[in-house]
Amino acid sequence: MLRYVIRRLVVIPVMLVGISLLSFLAIHLAPGGPISVAADLNPKATAEYRERMVRYYGLDQPLHVQYGRWLVRMSTLDFGPSFAPDGRQVSDKIKERIPVTLTINVLSMGLIFLVAIPIGIYSAVRKDSWFDRISTVTVFTGFAVPTFWLALLLMILFGVKLGWLPISGLVSLEHDSLSLAGRFWDRARHLLLPVLLAGFGGLAGMSRYMRSNMLEVIRQDYIAAAKAKGLGERQVVLRHATRNALLPVITILGLSVPDLLGGAVIFETIFAIPGMGQLFYQGVMARDVPLVMGILVIGAFLTLIGNLLADVGYALADPRIRTG
Amino acid sequence: MRRCLLHLAVFAAFAAAGSVILAGCAGEKKDGAGKGAAGEAGPPAYGDAIVYGSNGDISGFLTAVTSDSASHDAASYMFNGLVRYDKNLKLEGELAESWEISPDGKKITFHLRKGVAWHDNVPFTSGDVMFTYKKMIDPKTPTPYGESFRQVRRVTDPDPYTVIVEYDKPYAPALESWGMNILPRHLLEKYPDIKQSPLNKSSPVGTGPYRFVEWKPGEKIVFDANPGYFEGKPFISRVVTRVIPDQATLFLELKSGGIDTMTLTPLQYSKQTETGEFRNNFRKYRYLSFVYTYLGFRLDHPFFRDKRVRQAIAHSIDKKELIDGVLFGLGREVTGPYKPGHWVYNPDVRKYPHDPAKAKAFLAEAGWKPGADGTMEKDGRKFAFTVLTNAGNESRSKTAAIIQQQLAAVGIRMEIRTLEWAAFINEFVKKRKFDALILGWSTGPEPDQFDIWSSTKTGPDELNHVGFADAEVDRLLEEGRRTFDMEKRKKAYFRIQEILAEEQPYVFLYAPEALPVFHKRFRGIEPAPAGIGYNFIKWYVPGAEQKYTSFQ
Repeated sequence: MLRYVIRRLVVIPVMLVGISLLSFLAIHLAPGGPISVAADLNPKATAEYRERMVRYYGLDQPLHVQYGRWLVRMSTLDFGPSFAPDGRQVSDKIKERIPVTLTINVLSMGLIFLVAIPIGIYSAVRKDSWFDRISTVTVFTGFAVPTFWLALLLMILFGVKLGWLPISGLVSLEHDSLSLAGRFWDRARHLLLPVLLAGFGGLAGMSRYMRSNMLEVIRQDYIAAAKAKGLGERQVVLRHATRNALLPVITILGLSVPDLLGGAVIFETIFAIPGMGQLFYQGVMARDVPLVMGILVIGAFLTLIGNLLADVGYALADPRIRTG
Repeated sequence: MRRCLLHLAVFAAFAAAGSVILAGCAGEKKDGAGKGAAGEAGPPAYGDAIVYGSNGDISGFLTAVTSDSASHDAASYMFNGLVRYDKNLKLEGELAESWEISPDGKKITFHLRKGVAWHDNVPFTSGDVMFTYKKMIDPKTPTPYGESFRQVRRVTDPDPYTVIVEYDKPYAPALESWGMNILPRHLLEKYPDIKQSPLNKSSPVGTGPYRFVEWKPGEKIVFDANPGYFEGKPFISRVVTRVIPDQATLFLELKSGGIDTMTLTPLQYSKQTETGEFRNNFRKYRYLSFVYTYLGFRLDHPFFRDKRVRQAIAHSIDKKELIDGVLFGLGREVTGPYKPGHWVYNPDVRKYPHDPAKAKAFLAEAGWKPGADGTMEKDGRKFAFTVLTNAGNESRSKTAAIIQQQLAAVGIRMEIRTLEWAAFINEFVKKRKFDALILGWSTGPEPDQFDIWSSTKTGPDELNHVGFADAEVDRLLEEGRRTFDMEKRKKAYFRIQEILAEEQPYVFLYAPEALPVFHKRFRGIEPAPAGIGYNFIKWYVPGAEQKYTSFQ
């Protein structure tokens, strides 16, 4: 087991270098560059200014030199300064946005598991019942409805018509003058709609997944045996079936690790949430190479670690894998 | 409607402006509605906050090293230049009390205001101006605005309140360039690159009407009134700019009270804000913005080389239909590169009224005859071309679609291709790989447009994309920027507009209106040629109507 984990760990840096090289080349295939934002169609940006900026960002060097420099800096975990007009450190930019994205994603993922797993179990046990059908339609509606549209409708209802919830942002303007409980309540009100919406879209996948796992499990002989033993349905379903049906969910959890830090662009834009999705999108549009590379590397690292964790978790949960 | 009645009651006492308010209740608020409002309630009072919504976050506080409008807007609360534009777009003194230009136009002497202090109470002197100048020409400063400062031969400061700038040749746009925000020498001296200094990122210190409070990237920027501002303490105590990237969210935030002001789209202005409830809470304003949209031709293209063809296209385009269709009527036709009302705007240039018959006649004159399918043909070639524009700009793509129909009516087939911005500029515009394009220029109050029209500015990174070359225009452009004499400049630019109208290197289409909306509690907003922001420090909220009262 330990050897397996070590072997996997050794491969990670190699894969990271490969991923970063591919990403680096891909960014440079796109037309335009970090200077375009300030210089395109700007009568005041002279040729001399362009040249100076190209040197300022080190873009006058050949690509392999640029990549080499980046790699050397990266090896000391220095992401470097962003190419964006603000020129701030990439690590600072990522750091201030991670808490926001992480909070929303953890909450919405919690919501998904909390709601989707019971729905999945119940629809499997009562297959083709009314509950099964209605929940199927509902979760698929949630999956199919464009988030931005639903978000706007909910904003109009709760924000403008009823005035119960704030429309966008993370805290209200008076936030700093509120009491501790007041601040907590203020934040919760701001997070409610984003978390609900982020979760709503994910319900379909998770609940369907749970349902099909469950259906497979309850067809097994040992479930029949448990029933034959005279156990109550509740115990059969929760004790014997659900436990086994939950196993594959571990894989999903592992694969979701990188999602915890990846934000959704449209969603964050609508709710004016300064999260990772917006940051990445702006970085790509402005050809902000250090920022894009920084986020990609973090994402790649988390994906690799997540996969590893999922494998390890699986092995721990299922003795057949561990020993075999 | 209840609030409306209340207004009428209040107004009985001030009968003079009653009709304005009546009109405001019954129909649309237009320019000047703010004037009536000023007398409506109580005297100017200090306090309250105004909350703006901005699509983009700022990138820094020092305008020398930023180039986006959000950053420049934010900096305008905290910093001053030596000169600025007044409400009628004439230059006036800001940190400079006055200035003189020597008779040969090569020397400008600025007399600085005395008793001005930086926000940290250090006095402002000519040393700060000298420092700003040195930073602007320093190769280590990554500024896009260095060019006009490099034209300077010498700057001297004989005493703390005088700055003398000398040029090799008179250079009229130079005066405007001294509107550049002046930087505090005592705080920036130790940083070789001002872009990386804390003043640009976390702790700006200026001389302006507001002081910096906080910046939460991606979230908001906050300023408080500077009680020691040299033109008096601003009435509104706090300015908050919230970063809200989505236009629909902005509008909902406005309606729910989360922000106090935004710029409406033409659709929102004309269709979504006509409810009684909206009118009871907000005032809409409209004024012509410094932007125009054009259809530009690559002038060495075999079709467009012929002036008569360009004129024929001008006659086929119905600008009124464009404005109605794209802007819901909230714009004006333009005939040249200056906005109507600007001091160099020439109203008497050749015009091209919508006239398909005349267009066809011009095309016939140039040798184009209708073919079997109705498309114009010449030497066996059909008149078909592609117009390029950038994706993500709805008004430009709509403009293209309407022009496509209008040109089809005279037998010209136009294809439309929209491209992502960077690809559009780098792969097509800079490489001159286009037949025609729809783009816009945002022009300023300074009339010098050397970079756009000079025949020397046709390189890949330069802005005369269409390849316009006219010896007389070249001469007039030079003349216009080499004199400070307004009458001489006006004459040069009038003639340039005549030539451009005759030559039609662009079909100048329309200028959209800026459509800001403000919560009704704000008074003193008076649209002028310069827009509305010029008298911001005089805006106020009457005591009884103040919304945010937790600070003063």
